Amino acid sequence: MPKRVDKIIMENSDVIIKHWLEIVSERRKNDYTSSISEELFQSTNREFVNVIFDSLETKGLTDELEAFSERLVNLGWPLSYLTDGLQTFRRVTIDFVLSQHDQIDTDFFSVILDRVDSWVDPIINKLVNEYSGNWEHTVSLQRVALQELSAPLIPVMRNITIMPLIGTIDTERAKLIMENLLDGVIKHNAEVVLIDITGVPVVDTMVAHHIIQAAEAVRLIGSTCILVGIRPEIAQTIVNLGIDLGKFPTKSSLRKGFETALELTGRTIHREKKKEKIVENIMASLEKE
Amino acid sequence: MDFKSCVNIRQEWDIVGARQLGREKAKELGFGTVDQARIATAISELARNIYLYAGTGKVRFEIVDQLDKKGLKIIAIDEGPGIRDVSQVMQDGYSTSGGLGAGLPGVKRLMDFFEIRTEWGEGTEIETIKWVR
Repeated sequence: MPKRVDKIIMENSDVIIKHWLEIVSERRKNDYTSSISEELFQSTNREFVNVIFDSLETKGLTDELEAFSERLVNLGWPLSYLTDGLQTFRRVTIDFVLSQHDQIDTDFFSVILDRVDSWVDPIINKLVNEYSGNWEHTVSLQRVALQELSAPLIPVMRNITIMPLIGTIDTERAKLIMENLLDGVIKHNAEVVLIDITGVPVVDTMVAHHIIQAAEAVRLIGSTCILVGIRPEIAQTIVNLGIDLGKFPTKSSLRKGFETALELTGRTIHREKKKEKIVENIMASLEKE
Repeated sequence: MDFKSCVNIRQEWDIVGARQLGREKAKELGFGTVDQARIATAISELARNIYLYAGTGKVRFEIVDQLDKKGLKIIAIDEGPGIRDVSQVMQDGYSTSGGLGAGLPGVKRLMDFFEIRTEWGEGTEIETIKWVR
């Protein structure tokens, strides 16, 4: 009996396809795919329906299906286009097969349902897997990218390193900050590390707690930690929260922090006086005349 | 009261979501940058408490519009273990998780109105308001 169902479907594929295309095109009018050109939409529909029939002929998932879904994923077509399309297809096919028979007993009815389901369901599964696999891949790539950016350490000068922090700090990132900080201090032989929090939007007790711990750990291995980039509003919220950041030096800007760091490592910035001397010489010679 | 919105707290990144929504609302209401930072920090503390101690819960925002003043009300609700001794958690430096213990007393200082309703074993509801100045 299942064979008979297959036969009906195959022999009347033109009618089914025509019907399906009508419904899908009709639904398109108030739909998500409106930004896609009519031509592309129609050709994709035709390709889609061919892929579906191919998989019925070969009784299994085909390479075409894989290629088709891969192409749609890359083009960024919504998954709902495919799932809606297949659901419509299932309904159209069942309706058609039923309409070919005047009398239907329950056994035959369940055979039809079973047959169509076993044909359409694997395709849906395959497509959903393909899409979600693609999303998972993107998310994991982004996570890696984010992790690489999360706690950079820049050795700017002998014995001085800077860690600029931008964005939200969560527990995972806080761990990375601590590890990178300590590794970097040892590796670059830093006497002073500047942690720049200009780009951190909110400093709550957890963030503060992690910074205090990191600074304490840096102190334990014999270096000094300076917290810089504390904006006025952040300073006020820290005071309101009652957080004690008195154990290590803090500065409002990276520039001031860097000057302090130079002082701590026994250095100062000197402006070269050459130009001034030249001007003085000219002035002096002018006065003589 | 003309709008309501709500953020579910299920994972750590939802704290950021709640904070961003709260900051947006605060900006719309015309809070200054310092008060925006205070509100964002308070939301962060409340949402983190939910995440740390209750696991899941939600943070709700309401605009309070009274005759003489306007403000943002933040309500943090969870069905976690509740707080056994409220006066203890309102002390600075008390923490069961090894933190700084400045969270709840800090939020009270950051905001203008602060109220805890809790029952041991029933969950916690914290209501807090900041008025626009």
